[in-house]
Amino acid sequence: MADLVLQGLCKKYGDVTALDRLDLTVRPGEFVSLLGPSGCGKTTTLQMIAGFIEPTAGTIMLGDQDLVRLTPDKRGLGIVFQSYALFPHMTVRQNVAFGLEMRRTPAAEIETRVKDVLAMVGLADKGERYPRQMSGGQQQRVALARALVIRPAILLLDEPLSNLDAKMREDMQVELRQIQQTLGTTTILVTHDQHEALALSDRIVVMSAGKVEQIGAPFEVYERPATPFVAAFLGKTNQFTGVGTGRELRVAGDAVLPSGTVGTVVLSVRPEKLQLLGPDQPGLRGRVSLRVFQGNHWLFHVATDAGQAVVIRQNDGRPVPDEGSAIRLGMKAEDVQVRLASAA
Amino acid sequence: MSALRKETFALVAPTTLLFVGVVATPLLMTMLLSFNDWNATKGIISVLTLKNYAEIFADSYFAEIFLRTLRISLWVTVISVLVGAPEAYILRRMRDPWRSICILIVIGPLLVSVVARTLGWALLLGGNGLISQALQALGLSSGPVSLMFTETGVIIALVHVLVPFMVLAVWAALSRMDPAVERAAQSLGAGPVTIFRRVVLPQAMPGILSGSIIVFSLAASAFATPAVIGGRRLKVASTLAYDEFLNTLNWPLGAAVAMLLLVGIVASVFGWNRLVERRYAQVFSS
Repeated sequence: MADLVLQGLCKKYGDVTALDRLDLTVRPGEFVSLLGPSGCGKTTTLQMIAGFIEPTAGTIMLGDQDLVRLTPDKRGLGIVFQSYALFPHMTVRQNVAFGLEMRRTPAAEIETRVKDVLAMVGLADKGERYPRQMSGGQQQRVALARALVIRPAILLLDEPLSNLDAKMREDMQVELRQIQQTLGTTTILVTHDQHEALALSDRIVVMSAGKVEQIGAPFEVYERPATPFVAAFLGKTNQFTGVGTGRELRVAGDAVLPSGTVGTVVLSVRPEKLQLLGPDQPGLRGRVSLRVFQGNHWLFHVATDAGQAVVIRQNDGRPVPDEGSAIRLGMKAEDVQVRLASAA
Repeated sequence: MSALRKETFALVAPTTLLFVGVVATPLLMTMLLSFNDWNATKGIISVLTLKNYAEIFADSYFAEIFLRTLRISLWVTVISVLVGAPEAYILRRMRDPWRSICILIVIGPLLVSVVARTLGWALLLGGNGLISQALQALGLSSGPVSLMFTETGVIIALVHVLVPFMVLAVWAALSRMDPAVERAAQSLGAGPVTIFRRVVLPQAMPGILSGSIIVFSLAASAFATPAVIGGRRLKVASTLAYDEFLNTLNWPLGAAVAMLLLVGIVASVFGWNRLVERRYAQVFSS
């Protein structure tokens, strides 16, 4: 097992830069997600690791092996494609056995390994089916089994869950994480789905327009976004423009936080970190314009003079403000990110 | 219900009339004609007899012509597969503008009149044609080589005309293929040859098989090409029927030849289709 080291990785198409100097080290057994909107360079990165796209500059090293010099069939990586890319003319068993046949594994060993991996993904009795005869979730498992059976140095997942319905996707997330933990396979996941990245990864690489915005553990990236982009992309965020007087921060004339900052600032607060307070308590004045009950939590839209805010409150069984009622939004200093607006 | 039935009939009627008028009726008349008798003085005699069929089955002259038709059609089909399938695969991997240019070249033969195209081949294949001259210039042959009036010549010219049908059929099959499948095979360690043989070819197979049906039936029923390249000396079933009608004026015998050709083609197409459907039903039907 060796580190996968990407250094100064670049891809340019003419004048367009798809990926700009990516540096990343993936440790053995680690689950890393490349997260970003479409066109951010995450898929390009994956394709370069897989070998289907040649980097314009930079190196991809797996231990002391230079992957850029190897064709995809010599890299020994397992890839799960977004479309699954199963061989439609082969049965499930033949699909999974293909990679082992290419490695000239003895027939007896192929049989046991295919059987084991199909049992692991819960398809032990589906070996003689053709892909057409299976559901999307089952095809997904076959694709995963086919990639894992060759015991790849790295498992590459290209938006593997995006074609599944919501319920199936959640189940597969849990299963994928369990399988990855059991096998300890180094895994790189490309996704535009923040929940997927947060749920599965050891570390997340947030990307935008070919550049890395932040690399960190899911909790860290969510709680302490390094850039406004990360804050906006990962989870919902309320942004208020305010003024620092030197003693406190004021939003729409209401004092919300004590602070020594002077000048125009932007405050970012997560919806679940905003408190709904009574109208005579200190905080940003507002009126509940919408209240939606979602079982384990309440979702509020609050109209304020500084714009609309979204607030989420856990359902703890206690009463919550009605629609139309006047409230104040309270915030704690440790939950708010404050940036001087001068840069904008 | 009855109103719906009436509407249905009204909508279907024009097509049905057209079909009955221009396809079914002549076919039926040809079939009836094939059971009539004929002699040189009286012409067509309106009786029902199997004499024409008996004559065809008894005379080795006819057997030879039908066997030749079958042989030529099979060769044309096989060569079209060998040329057309890789051609379609390569075309699919090309990028524009070359792809468009090459497609135009492939489809080109279909845009030229069959007679003009075949006469062009006659110029190439003749004793003092380009092919003959080239062979002599290269020292591969001591005298003029003529492919005119040979099966080889007919096969070459027919392949040229019919290969586009194979390319289009295989192209359609390949278009249904997920491009990621080839990359998946590569990531699992397969080289280009293995990918083609084990991943691309099996998925192109339905296209190859349906293309074969088209090419085979068109080759077996082709008239202009065997008429010009094969001439009187090298008859196939369709030119034989033509000659019986227009030279010998033995219409009933010509009709019998035409009917046998039709039955032969329909039987082989249906048989082939059954085979294909059985083989690929569970894999490719949705």
